[in-house]
Amino acid sequence: MAALEVTDLATRFRTDDGIVRAVAGVSFSLDKGRTLGVVGESGSGKSVTFLSVMGLLDPRQSDVTGSVLLDGEEMLKASKSRLQQIRGSKIGMIFQDPMTSLNPVKSIGWQLEEAALIHQDITRKEARQRAIEILKQVEIPRSDQRVNDYPHQFSGGMRQRVMIAMALINNPEILIADEPTTALDVTTQAQILRLMKRLQDEYGMAIVMITHDLGVVAELADDVAVMYGGRIVEQAQVDDLFAKPEMPYTWGLLGSLPRLNSSGGRLEQIPGQPPSLLHPPSGCPFNPRCEFVMDICRQELPPLDLSTVGVEHRFRCHLDDEARARIWEQKRAALVSADAA
Amino acid sequence: MTQFLIRRIFWAIFLFLVATIITYLIFWVIPADPAALAAGKSATPADVARVRHYLHLDEPIWRQYLRFLWNLVGHQQLGNSFVTRQSVNHIIGQDAPVTASLVFGGAIFWLSLSIPVGILSALRPRSILDRVSMSFVLVGISAHPVWIGLILSYLIGYRLHITPIVGYCNFFPGGIGVQCSGPVQWAYHLLLPWITFMILFAALYVRLVRANVMETMSEDYVRTARAKGASESRVMIQHVLRNSLLPVVTILGMDLGLALGGAIFTESIFNLPGLGHEVINAYNTADLPTITGIVVFATVCVIVFNFIVDVTYGFLDPRIRPS
Repeated sequence: MAALEVTDLATRFRTDDGIVRAVAGVSFSLDKGRTLGVVGESGSGKSVTFLSVMGLLDPRQSDVTGSVLLDGEEMLKASKSRLQQIRGSKIGMIFQDPMTSLNPVKSIGWQLEEAALIHQDITRKEARQRAIEILKQVEIPRSDQRVNDYPHQFSGGMRQRVMIAMALINNPEILIADEPTTALDVTTQAQILRLMKRLQDEYGMAIVMITHDLGVVAELADDVAVMYGGRIVEQAQVDDLFAKPEMPYTWGLLGSLPRLNSSGGRLEQIPGQPPSLLHPPSGCPFNPRCEFVMDICRQELPPLDLSTVGVEHRFRCHLDDEARARIWEQKRAALVSADAA
Repeated sequence: MTQFLIRRIFWAIFLFLVATIITYLIFWVIPADPAALAAGKSATPADVARVRHYLHLDEPIWRQYLRFLWNLVGHQQLGNSFVTRQSVNHIIGQDAPVTASLVFGGAIFWLSLSIPVGILSALRPRSILDRVSMSFVLVGISAHPVWIGLILSYLIGYRLHITPIVGYCNFFPGGIGVQCSGPVQWAYHLLLPWITFMILFAALYVRLVRANVMETMSEDYVRTARAKGASESRVMIQHVLRNSLLPVVTILGMDLGLALGGAIFTESIFNLPGLGHEVINAYNTADLPTITGIVVFATVCVIVFNFIVDVTYGFLDPRIRPS
């Protein structure tokens, strides 16, 4: 059974300017011990999707519909206290900016202990022991001393390790990582990713890796979902997606990856801006920026079709098989020749 | 820590010198003749001249200032009042407890109103409570203490006979020629002044608490706490409150220090024999030693409270704790 099964999730925010449809019908499932990469640019709805899953959005401003099954239990209908029980024990979450995600006036140890004490029936002393152990697990040196330190005494990478430790202290089945490496420098990013991989092997939790970095997805994910304008526009196993991406937005994402050996020309970019979620374009959300746009794209939202490549590889595009195959061949040839140059 | 203390002390001395020199300069500029005032209505010019010499007012202002410094540093004396010849130390010793009663009691009133109200309106923005408290804030900020004091005194004291209209009673029973004393009478007489203070300061503090709590609630670490599964009350108490009340401590320290120098308006309205009341009288009689004495006392209060704030802050916020 899937650890997390999301069906038709939609999140709307009530704002003074009108209703913002941040997530417009998202479905996916996450199996135990697997890693799902969720990619998309800022404002594509990837963070909001998982804040909705966690029930962390303010109900006074937002409206979440659809279904979120965690181990078969409906999260969207769960009571407030049940949600509090689930959060942190069955499903943990870490965030983008480790500099601001820890309480500045409480010690690292206190914050780790709090996470353990909320969900486990243990004494303060045992919680402290647990905190020191988990800090060791995330490779904080001299953890028995550093546990007394405050967040400002830790570097960004170390704070992100503490965040991971805090999310894992109750051994959750799912860890949602919302751009955990975005605010870190490149060497630290690599360390954090390696750490997460190692911890996944040890603890066996499923990971949702929200990122805008396809490199992170390639490194860590088993499956990948590409989001655009509040919808999933392509989802596949990671190898299939990189082997044959099926729609123009994914092509653009792959094309805009910086390459070390390229001859220093300009990076490819996707022209235009992400769509307004307040007044979304009709039809396919990507149509205003798509270079292959047809009339039908402005009228009808393409369904999540099954691709001929891979299992459960789905995408949204009105282009026919032959056209997509031809265009991707050209794009890939261009990318390969840029690599060779 | 030692370096911090040394810097503090130098800063305090500097502040003290600036405050007292300015007091002397202002006194020198204003067109008043303290000797004539001290000598009385029917004094002859010769009497006035004698008084002037006796009070050292015939000396240049810088010598008067140096004499004041010498008395203060060498003998811990603030001099004697020109008018009553009482020692200024004694006057301050008598008046300071009155002002302190007013200020500290008032602080307890305004804090115990503004912290809960501020928190509740931050939790439920645009609710009825929030709107009501924001209108109350507007009144408190716009109204003058004299007006608030007079209205309260008239309505609650004069019309409804619930509290005394004016006056003060000592906290400690006894004393010669005192009409009333004891904690109950003390609090009873101070009730209206405290409420006046509360309306004035609670206005600012409700806003301050509300803004800080709202800001802290949107911090990333509050979201982290919720993601951990912390209950709303735990989130509030453990994560929001301490962080959001930190700036309130700073402002409170400054306000307390300033107010101790004399709550001039409130004391005048309710005829409380405190420092503010004393300073008004001293101005009317050009009683320089009393004025400087109170200025010195106020300066010391501000300095001491700022110091207390700094120490408390270091205790509350590990980021600025000297390691």
